[in-house]
Amino acid sequence: MARAVSTRRTIFFTIAAWIVALIIFFPILYTIITSFKSETEAIQGFNLIPSGTIESYIDVQTQKDYFKPFMNSVILSVGSTILALLISVPAAWSMAFSPTNKTKDILMWMLSTKMMPAVAVLVPIYLIFRDFGLLDSRIGLMFMLMMINLPIVIWMLYTYFREIPGEILEAARMDGASLWGEIWYVLTPMAVPGIASTMLLNIILAWNEAFWTIRLTTTNAAPLTAFIASFSSPQGLFWAKLSAASTLAIAPILIMGWFSQKQLVRGLTFGAVK
Amino acid sequence: MGNITLKKVNKSFGETQVIPSIDLNIQDGEFVVFVGPSGCGKSTLLRLIAGLEDTTSGTIEIDGRDVTGEAPAKRGLAMVFQSYALYPHMTVRNNIAFPLKMAKLDQALIDKKVTDAARVLNLTNYLDRRPGQLSGGQRQRVAIGRAIVREPSAFLFDEPLSNLDASLRGTMRLEISELHHQLKTTMIYVTHDQVEAMTMADKIVVLNAGNIEQVGSPLELYNKPDNLFVAGFIGSPRMNFASGQVAAPFNAHTIGFRPEHTQISRESGSWAGVVGVAEHLGSDTFLHVHVDGIGMVTVRTGGNVAVEHGDKVFLTPDADRIHRFDVKGLAIR
Repeated sequence: MARAVSTRRTIFFTIAAWIVALIIFFPILYTIITSFKSETEAIQGFNLIPSGTIESYIDVQTQKDYFKPFMNSVILSVGSTILALLISVPAAWSMAFSPTNKTKDILMWMLSTKMMPAVAVLVPIYLIFRDFGLLDSRIGLMFMLMMINLPIVIWMLYTYFREIPGEILEAARMDGASLWGEIWYVLTPMAVPGIASTMLLNIILAWNEAFWTIRLTTTNAAPLTAFIASFSSPQGLFWAKLSAASTLAIAPILIMGWFSQKQLVRGLTFGAVK
Repeated sequence: MGNITLKKVNKSFGETQVIPSIDLNIQDGEFVVFVGPSGCGKSTLLRLIAGLEDTTSGTIEIDGRDVTGEAPAKRGLAMVFQSYALYPHMTVRNNIAFPLKMAKLDQALIDKKVTDAARVLNLTNYLDRRPGQLSGGQRQRVAIGRAIVREPSAFLFDEPLSNLDASLRGTMRLEISELHHQLKTTMIYVTHDQVEAMTMADKIVVLNAGNIEQVGSPLELYNKPDNLFVAGFIGSPRMNFASGQVAAPFNAHTIGFRPEHTQISRESGSWAGVVGVAEHLGSDTFLHVHVDGIGMVTVRTGGNVAVEHGDKVFLTPDADRIHRFDVKGLAIR
């Protein structure tokens, strides 16, 4: 009896989970479907079966170069992630292993910067970028992306490092490991999974960041987010082309996300579930 | 060699004095147990010897060499932690080999030592597993293996069995004692469990609030406790205490008598009482008897006593086994 109930529950939850997943995934799915429609089909209303034409993809390629914004996206997301790690690893390390009574306050202060809407600092940051000649430059944007994600990266790494038990470090010390031995043989291998999933998450966040990338670039440093935006142009909306451009923009990160699912889920739920 | 001498060792964390001043001498080859209630400073004392904490003042000598300012690794000691503190990303083999690798030993020699240690500890079949794939007892043995291969001048154990279940704890207790007989190396063992202290130690150091209350062999502490604290801490079930009117005839402020040194009778005896809870263990029975003027008295009797809750009984302490204490709680001898 109990078994029957639990089977029924399992079926119910499986169906419910699929429905929720489909609802969440639907906009992306519909974008992909629309990208395989002709422009006339696309504006005709809701239709789940496309004609399967790839003319939008060809149009997108001929109208605009995909490769350059793609390379910009790669450089910006990877570059900003490396920059963020260079700063956040030592920061999180020192807060996790030798905390002071101000550590919690500093962490809260860092997080509080994420509570402010980005648009509130748009004008000052735009002016700073203009005056320093950083507008439409990869370096400037890389710093910007690094800074907006830094609080999250530090928080994640801090939680990871906190999970490494102090006794293991003491054991290494007793076993005769020098400071470098301790860092190289014990700490780093234990911290690598945490650093890896933080890195993946940060790449995704930076790849998808649209507010600053669109506003601070024009052509040279424009990544894929700006590439998509350029298809919603003053000449009118071209749904199929816009969808094709979007699909092209999200495909790389979707594939990467798919292959690193396990790492990502671990990263996002770490600390909550042991 | 593993002769450890503490001279006026003091440890304070900020304003708080954890260990006011301790003098202690540990002979080579001794199995010494630091025992005391939680917060008594026993773990801190061990960590001071290990070098994981710095002394505030005083000196620590190992084989006559002052090591007070030395790094942990330079002291030639090995430690087994409560949480085992194994390296989770390394196999059992690499865990045990780690201290040898740090000492830059020859690979062939490392392999030989690891194999030997694994054989002694029954870990040969587990050498290629990770700590996460082992049971609690096996992890504990890996931690001990990592300590053995270094051939330290002394082993330090910090409550190593407290994460294990009761039956495994009994087995590991025997294994560690056996190991001590084989290696004949100094061992310092911290525990809050007085049964572990009594069964394993050559010498017990009873600590309370950072002070040494008494140092002696298990039976010395059991038979001749120096003060009320030691009398109450060593022995299970706990010693009974009585003061005032009851103690006066013995020329003492307080008297103590152990549950196993108290006779029970239905007809006559020194004190009359009413039986409360009777705990039948099969081999023994612990009777909790309420005696007017003393309070609850625990009596240990044989396994087959037909005494029930509410029965009237008489208790008589063995006259030559009564411990007498003065106003300050010190033993009168």
